[in-house]
Amino acid sequence: MSKPIDQVFINAKQWLLSWLAGSPAWVIQVTSILINIFMLLGVFLTLFALISVLERKILARMQNRYGPNRVGPFGLFQPIADGIKMLIKEDIVPARADKLVHFLAPVLLAAVAILTLGVIPYGRNMTPFAIDGGILFFFAVGSATELAVFMAGWASNNKFSMLGAMRAIAQMFSYELPLIITVLPVVMVVGSLMPDRIVAAQAEYTFGIVPRWFVFTPWGFTAFILFFVSGLVESNRTPFDVPEGESEIVAGHMTEYSGFKYATFFMAEYLGMFAVSGLAVTLFLGGWHAPVRLLEIVPSYVWFFLKLSALLFVYIWLRGTLPRTRIDQMMNIAWKFMLPMAFTCFIAAAVWHYTGRGLRGWLWSLFVIVIVYSALSIVLDTRRKFAPRVYRFAE
Amino acid sequence: MSSAAFVIIAIFTLAAALAAATLQKLMHAALSFAVALVGLAAFFFLLGAEFVGLALVFIYIGAVAVLIVFTILLTRRDVGKNRGFNWAGVLIALAVFGGLTWSILKTQSLSILAPHIRALTVKRIGEALMTGYVWPLQCVGVLLTAALIGALILVMEEKR
Repeated sequence: MSKPIDQVFINAKQWLLSWLAGSPAWVIQVTSILINIFMLLGVFLTLFALISVLERKILARMQNRYGPNRVGPFGLFQPIADGIKMLIKEDIVPARADKLVHFLAPVLLAAVAILTLGVIPYGRNMTPFAIDGGILFFFAVGSATELAVFMAGWASNNKFSMLGAMRAIAQMFSYELPLIITVLPVVMVVGSLMPDRIVAAQAEYTFGIVPRWFVFTPWGFTAFILFFVSGLVESNRTPFDVPEGESEIVAGHMTEYSGFKYATFFMAEYLGMFAVSGLAVTLFLGGWHAPVRLLEIVPSYVWFFLKLSALLFVYIWLRGTLPRTRIDQMMNIAWKFMLPMAFTCFIAAAVWHYTGRGLRGWLWSLFVIVIVYSALSIVLDTRRKFAPRVYRFAE
Repeated sequence: MSSAAFVIIAIFTLAAALAAATLQKLMHAALSFAVALVGLAAFFFLLGAEFVGLALVFIYIGAVAVLIVFTILLTRRDVGKNRGFNWAGVLIALAVFGGLTWSILKTQSLSILAPHIRALTVKRIGEALMTGYVWPLQCVGVLLTAALIGALILVMEEKR
């Protein structure tokens, strides 16, 4: 274990704070918090810039074209060019818009996304904002997203914006339920709402080889898949990007935004994606723990960001592969399939816990999940594969 | 430091509450109400009751504020119309305030110095809910399930 490299950021922060040794306690406290905030912003805004260009590159590769390759080596400076372009664009606010709310909506959305990033442990001793109810904080703050989207839709005073906001809020509310319920089994098994404890509970290895991540238990695997899909919906990504649709409602709640305000929406969407993926890594993929004991020499934060990048790649991959869903299909699957499955994970985790957390518990929880999954598949199968399409209009 | 934080949060909360009561546009008032609730949650954080503060944000900002905002949107045609000053509302608010102040001042606990209590952790709340208060919890659960089913029945498509 190479302690110094693992703790390099912690030590750097301590060194910075040692300059303030003589000053009162609150100065040190505030400075420490400010360092955390600036680190968080620095890392994730850089990651945002990087991902925005990588996404275009990867999508281009999937569609057999080059993607951005003009600005800098391999087009890597594209985000800088984009940022400058966004900044010098005219900021158009509709004459009949509610100016203040119109301005505040993207700000609130970005603030919420950044706040939710704060509770995730990025490495050993590297949680920017370690509080007792970290998981609860994540969802409590995250629930303000709906209000921000509503503000954007309402303040624009435009029917496309309002309809888009309605769609976005409907899907966010529907999928918030499975998202939170799939977290519950982990919280129940660990017995804590603190992200650090959840990561610590996944530290050991079964038989010295298989890491004790929750994704390797049947309930954990199911919960992870459900959580990932719900996270996809919460961050409005393809295949669930229904709030936006060029042919139906333009850009949804972002229709009346231009220039840097639009970029802020874009940024908030990506930061939200990072936050949900980071929470998925923390809850199910063992946080910053290495997959093999031998590889524990690699610093913990490297593992966290490797897992995060893997999840982000899946996000991009799905965007390049899947067509979008219809809103009624989305709602159906949320309420009829995802919610019962989420509750099943909850029960399967309890079964796993009470049958001894070993191989027996593993098999019993697998049994529970298979039974419910097959029952749901039989019940939900409409047996109407190619029925004539029925058109329904608003009445 | 905590007294400075108290003053800042108090000013913030009161300003938001005042805005919620006096702003002309109903939607602005509803949004300032949400801001005032954030201030209240900050008070709970300051007092070390993290869980209560987070629950406040979760329920009031995430659900109740959105509900209020949607109710305004879907029921009022003339959201922007100026209705003049509502004197009856002032009277009711003053009456509620007076009643609360009177009953708080009458209690004995104001004169007793609060003993030093342990910080309210999530674990302790969970234990209390699962042991002493398990029946009220279950009843609330049943009530909420009934409300959910009722809402589903309300929006169910009528077969023609």
